[in-house]
Amino acid sequence: MPDVTMTVNDQPVHRVVEGRTLLVEFLREHLRLTGTHLGCDTAQCGACVVHLDGEAVKSCTVLALQCDGAEVTTIEGLAEQGGPSGLHPMQAAFREHHGLQCGFCTPGMVMMGTDIARRLGEPDAATIREELKGNLCRCTGYHNIVKAIAAGASAMADEERDRSGA
Amino acid sequence: VRDLTYQRPTSLDEAVRLAGVGGTALLAGGQTLLPALRRRQRSAVGLVDLGAVLPRDIGARAGGVRIGAGATHAAIAASELVGTVLPALAALARHVGDPAVRHRGTLGGALAAHEPSGDYPAACLALDTTIHTTERDIPAPDFFTGHRRTALGAGEIITGATFPLEPRAAYLKLLDPASRYALVGVFVALTDAGPRVAVTGARRTGAARWPGAERRLREDPTGERLHGLALPLDDLVEDRAGDAAYRAHLAGVLARRATVVARGPAPGAVAIVHGAPQPPHPRDRAWTGPA
Repeated sequence: MPDVTMTVNDQPVHRVVEGRTLLVEFLREHLRLTGTHLGCDTAQCGACVVHLDGEAVKSCTVLALQCDGAEVTTIEGLAEQGGPSGLHPMQAAFREHHGLQCGFCTPGMVMMGTDIARRLGEPDAATIREELKGNLCRCTGYHNIVKAIAAGASAMADEERDRSGA
Repeated sequence: VRDLTYQRPTSLDEAVRLAGVGGTALLAGGQTLLPALRRRQRSAVGLVDLGAVLPRDIGARAGGVRIGAGATHAAIAASELVGTVLPALAALARHVGDPAVRHRGTLGGALAAHEPSGDYPAACLALDTTIHTTERDIPAPDFFTGHRRTALGAGEIITGATFPLEPRAAYLKLLDPASRYALVGVFVALTDAGPRVAVTGARRTGAARWPGAERRLREDPTGERLHGLALPLDDLVEDRAGDAAYRAHLAGVLARRATVVARGPAPGAVAIVHGAPQPPHPRDRAWTGPA
């Protein structure tokens, strides 16, 4: 069977996989990183969003073997880059604004939220809603998720300004 | 999905050789193919990953823009060249799928899939695009041959497409409220040779030109004569989101609104409407509002 080497949350990993193994299966079943959730497995719900070479992707719609040599960041790795609270600013914003109820969609929402902030800076609420087209939440009606992403994006921009000012 | 062999050729020649083997599916961005395999709508014993061999560059050509088959929707949306000379295409790319899909999905993959609600086929037909493959150049009308079918032969790989410059164009789609694919999408290009209108999401066989709308636009370029015009009812898609009569009427409404946008101060703006008009994306050109 083929093997794959990639960097996941700054750690080099090497595993034997099947041709059909999806990135989400690789993360959850081979690496036991179960923070990334598998909802629909057909690229609709966004619960499985991770960052592949710095861009948000649906890990149910990428083969593990396509990621040979790539850098992957999951929700677990985002927390490792967190501040004093141990949380990334986007995660802290989701807690602060109660951007979740059952929490199933949350890893994908947070990973997409950080991707939105990286691409668009501090977008308005209407833009955030448009950008969340591929992330489904069946509990909250999105109001607090949108607030959390707006607040998280502002916190990330503040951090960036602090860094460049220092 | 049954297990399958995965191969990642490092040259286009090697890819062509591997692609010719029976039971092989070609993998570009995978955003259509992988879900289709998961849903068992397609099957394959082997995948040939074209990720390392498809051109991704976007460059000016005489009278047009050539886009490599491996260019992602996100790259096309962000391209300064496309945004300047083909704003309708850049805006279309910006509204394909969702951000994660746009980071992976490619032009070549979208053309080869010829999804019945795909956005690019309508653009290709209205813009008179030429599709380049490892074997030949194919005009768009000859390329799209039916429901999820194209003129591609076994072992033939799309390498890119050349889009003629048409700054006065617009694409409007109404999203299916559940799937968020186009319920109906209409691409209008007001070319020097005359108006060209193509519709996606309506006909069972895929995107198609709409001669009736083009005739009315020739008679009155403002689009006022599109009022009340509907697609002929035969061979239209019917599903839970809309019956044939609804789609036929919707195509007329979208054609008229797209004409207004194409003729307006910011041609190319894409309005995505589901229920109500949506606010503009920050990188869209100025929103001109529904007609």
